[in-house]
Order: sequence, then structure tokens, then C-alpha cells
Amino acid sequence: MEPVIEVRSVYKSFKGVHAVNGVDLEISGGGFTALLGPNGAGKTTLVEMIEGIQKPDRGEILINGMQWKGNEESLRHIIGLSLQETRFIDKLSVREILRLFASFFDLGKKRVSEILELVGLESKSRSWVGNLSGGQRQRLALGIALLNSPKVLLLDEPTTGLDPNARREIWSILLDLKKRAETSLVLTTHYMEEAEKLCDHIMIMDRGEVLREGGLDQLLAEDEREKIIEFTLDAPGLPKDAIAGDAPFPIEWDSSNGKGRVALDNIETQMPVFFDFLRHKNLHMKNMECRKKTLDDLFTEMTGRRLHE
Amino acid sequence: MSRKPVKYYQLYHLTAAHFKEVIREPAVIFWGIIFPMLISLGLGMAFTQKSVVVHNVGVIADQGSAVENNSNIGGVLEKYAKELPAQKGRGGDYRLTIENPRLGDTAFVFTETDWETAIVLLKRGRLNLIIEDAGGQIRYHFDPGNPDAELAYLKLSKALEDGAVQKPRVAQNIDPLTVNGTRYIDFLVPGLIAMGVMMSCMWGISYGMIDKRSKKLLRRMVATPMRKSHFLMALMAVRIGMNIIEALLLFIFACLVFGITVQGSLPALAVIFVAGNIAFGGIAIFVSSRTANTEVGNGLVNAVVLPMTVMSGIFFSYHNFPQWSMPFIQKLPLTLFTDGIRSIFTEGAGFAETGLPSAILLAIGVLFFSVGLRIYRWH
Repeated sequence: MEPVIEVRSVYKSFKGVHAVNGVDLEISGGGFTALLGPNGAGKTTLVEMIEGIQKPDRGEILINGMQWKGNEESLRHIIGLSLQETRFIDKLSVREILRLFASFFDLGKKRVSEILELVGLESKSRSWVGNLSGGQRQRLALGIALLNSPKVLLLDEPTTGLDPNARREIWSILLDLKKRAETSLVLTTHYMEEAEKLCDHIMIMDRGEVLREGGLDQLLAEDEREKIIEFTLDAPGLPKDAIAGDAPFPIEWDSSNGKGRVALDNIETQMPVFFDFLRHKNLHMKNMECRKKTLDDLFTEMTGRRLHE
Repeated sequence: MSRKPVKYYQLYHLTAAHFKEVIREPAVIFWGIIFPMLISLGLGMAFTQKSVVVHNVGVIADQGSAVENNSNIGGVLEKYAKELPAQKGRGGDYRLTIENPRLGDTAFVFTETDWETAIVLLKRGRLNLIIEDAGGQIRYHFDPGNPDAELAYLKLSKALEDGAVQKPRVAQNIDPLTVNGTRYIDFLVPGLIAMGVMMSCMWGISYGMIDKRSKKLLRRMVATPMRKSHFLMALMAVRIGMNIIEALLLFIFACLVFGITVQGSLPALAVIFVAGNIAFGGIAIFVSSRTANTEVGNGLVNAVVLPMTVMSGIFFSYHNFPQWSMPFIQKLPLTLFTDGIRSIFTEGAGFAETGLPSAILLAIGVLFFSVGLRIYRWH
């Protein structure tokens, strides 16, 4: 299948900082792709270059086989997008702002009503944009992005700052869209759960580079057996050396709250070793949780930092 | 993809959106419409209606009351002035009114006091003239640098000498100019109309655009097939429409309250009005072309608006500024605009006089608009 978005070794820097440092990516029609990474990873810059809002210093970007230069008018018609925290005109009603944006695409009332239904804002159609809640605003932004039934949808942190309910509402709209398989989505997020839930292709980004990419299963498959043990000891203030110094496995230890983390390949054989080690050190476990490895753990392994930092 | 030069559907919705945004701000009604009316009312009243002019005069009474001493001054006050009821901590003052149907009445309020107090009151501006009786002669003390004091002296000494105190006389050789077009209000209203256009363009367009940029709305809008030119055209159209309404209401108000008329050519007025709007619209686009910071925007707008408000002769003639500054002041857009409108209002001017300023204003607008558009930061 012909790729909808092709990005070939794209670079972009601001005042000497490499925001995007040689990124390649290819997205095929109908696919949902997440750019996952912490703040400052270069996700927004990359997406805005795909959106034609910023120009790459080097490299090539093709959408539907077209470059931005010379094809702006055509590309604007097939792209839908929402930026990070756009504030629409406060003194216009939801319907009015949709009508305004619809007019840019030569679309009329009918499409506006469809969108209001799609994003669940019919009851708010007469409210002023300034009076909407955060979640309603994000649904409006999504509605505007969907007005032209875009072939390519680019969403920059569509759920950042929303409460879990509002976040799930956005997800359900996007999952409906996915079923129809007419739109390719690229979304940036620093919520691992969002990437896992919505997207079949995930690219983990940090410091302007793609660290790893693939399907969720693929990304975690390499370490399929690996489990994460998170534990709390009855020893707050214990220095890191005292526990991690001669441990049988690498232990992450936060002495401020007495919590630790250890990754085990084989819990059956390694757990007893770990318990023996604690008993030997005369340390008492207050609490313990064993779970599957997540993207967040993967990110921490690769960068030494967590996604939310 | 249609490549029509004007997309009316889009233009209509942009204009409607800008218009709604403006009129849904209640402050617009106050600052754009009520406030200019209040200024014209306040200043018009203060400077146009000739009320009784009052001069405060201190009378030195070192040895007891001047009236009781039966001095020269005392005699006049006793005979012609009206004694005012005594106030707290002060003796009775006298009020002497000299009527003059042509120039308006003048009143002198005499306060008896000693030297030291008189000087203190003079310093505070409560008195502008001090008189004393020096051996049957009246001596006047005042600051020769104070035009008010000098006027009080001239009026009082004349009144006492030529006997106007006894019998008001009508100065036959004075012909007051109170025909329309020569009063202060006639000077003021055209200035207020011009200033209103400048303020509305600069704050409405410049500040509005910088605000939209800081909210990333511009960035979002240009990421659609929206025509940038249509966006700006709609913005200017709404502004010009609002300015016409505001100017008309101010004019109707001034017409009803002060009887202001337009003595010159109405078509010429319409042309220079639109040219002024385009000039300031263009300047506003230029000023707002780069920054996304509303505080910087605030400063930029003020940097344009304040000097012109002060120098362009809105409230008082700019001919009071030094002669060397005239060539500069007269070339300011607001001066061109104000002088043009004012000449049509009060001097009966037409296209012959305002054609050139209109053309210059138009050129200023086009120049700033095109430079601004070239360097415009939409993202």
C-alpha cells in the first residue's frame, strides 16, 4: 500500500538545539500511529513539519506523495489537525466557530450538524466557546479537525490536561473513526495508555530521535517474559548503596519514600533469590506488586528517565 | 480546487465572525460610543458655554476692616458690592458683578486679609490679585507672568476707573464670534472623530491580532484552506463599519447637543474618512505583524497612539508647539487626517483641499499594509 505520510531524514533545530534530529517515518493509509515521548522530545516540531506549519532544515516530507511546496492548497484540503492548546474565539458559539471553519472548506450547515453529533457537543452548540470545559474544548478542536473528513489527521496532545473521563470521551470518538478506516492518524502523547489503546504503531521519541518503533506487541515482545517488581520496604531513608550495592539484580531505589523497582526475567527462579537477599540484609517488605512490563518501563530502560518527567 | 479570486462564502463567514466578536464585547459600546460622547460633552461644556468669570481678589486690611476705614476701596465695596455670608474662620467676602451682555459677566470676589495670608493664598492659587489702599490710590499686586492675574487686573482697574461699576456699559466695538464653526466644540469634534478611528484601528486590529497569535488561533486558521487576504479584508471591513457607526453617533450627538454642522463637501468627507481608516488599518497590520506577546503589543500600540494623540492637534491646536516641529507634526498621519476632516467640518473645504491628504493617507495605508503582510508572522 502507498504510504500516506513519508518523512525522510528530517532535521530541524532552533537556536542550536536539535529539536528533530534525523527522523524517518512512514505511515500507511488508515493506520493509527502514536509519537510517544516526554515533553521536549521533538514530537510537536515533527508533527508541525508534517502539517506544513514549520519547514524542515533538511530532509523531505511527502503527504499523499506530494511535497508541501506548490501543493499547499490541495494538501490543506486533505489534512485535519489540532494544535497543542489552541484557544478559539471566546465570544463565538460552538456552532458559529464550526460554521466559520467549515466555510474555509466550502462546507455548510449539514456538515456542522454531523460534527456536533460526532463529538457530542449538540447540547453545547449555542454556548460560547469561552464557557466550555477543558474536555469540551478539546472535543471542539477535534470536531474542527474532522470537518473536512481528512485523509490525514494530526493531533498534538489531544488529551493533555484532561481528567480520565474527558480523555475516554476523546478516545471513543477516535476509536469510532478507526473502525471506518478512512483516516490515517498521527497523534503525539506522553500518556503510554493512550498510545497503547488507540494506536497500532508506536514510535518512542526522545531528544529529537526515534528510539524504537513498532507495534505494541512487537515493542514489548523482546522482553516478553520480563516482569517488573515494585516494592516498598520498612526502611525509609535507607541509602541507595546499602541496598543496590551488592544486590543480585540491578535495583532502582528511591530512599525518600522507601520504594524500589527491579526487573526480573524469570520470576520463578529469581523471586526466591531476591527474598533471600532481603532477609540476609534484614530488610522487611511492606508491600509488593508484580506486573507486566509497559512502554513506560521500556522508555525508562532506554533513557533512564520516565515519560512524565 | 477552485481558484476564484474572491471566495464570498468564506469572506462572509469571516466578516460575520469578526463582527460578532466585536459587538459581543460590552466594553466596545462604552469605549467606542459613549466615551467619545462624554469627552465631547465635558470639554464642549467646559470651553464653549460662557459662564460668569470669577476673579478672586485679596484686599489688604492691616488696620482694621477696609470697609469700615472708609477707604477708597471700602467705598466702592460698600456701595456696589454684595456682602457674602460669613464663612467659617473668615470675615464676610464681597462680590462685585460687572455685567456685560456681549462678553459675559465678570465677578470679583474680594476677601479681606493681611499681607502674609494674602501671599499664602496667592501661592495656593486661591487669589490671583491683591489690592491695597495707598493714600487714596489703589495699588495692585500680581504676578505679571500669570495671564489670569493680568486679566483680572485689567478688568478691575478699568471697571474702577471708567465707572463701569456704577453703570454697565456695552462695548459697541466688540463683535463676538459665536457663529458655528468657530467655537471650541467645532474644533474638538472632528478631532475626536479622527482620534476615534486611530484608536479603534490600533487597539481593535493590532491588539486583536497579537492576541489571536498568542492564542495560536492564527496558526490554526492558516492551517486550513482559509485565504489570508480574506481574513485581513474581513477584519478591516468590520473595523471600518464600526468606525462609521461610532463617528456617525458622535456626530449626531454633537449635532443635537451643540448644533454642529458639516460646512464642506460630504463626498470629500466620506473619502478622507475611508482613507484615514485604511491608513490606520495598514499601520495596525504593520504594528501587529511580528510579536506574539500581548504586553509588547500594548507597548507598540501605545508608542504609535500616544505621540500622535498629543501632537496632532486633537484637543488643542498643534501650532502651540515650537515652529521647528511643524514640518514633522504636519506630516503625521493623524494630523493629516484631523486637519482634513476639520477643514471640511469648519472651513467648508472640499476635494480641492482634502484630495491630496486623502491620497497620502491611502498611500500610507497601502504601504504599511503591504510591508506588514510581507513580514507577517502567521505561525
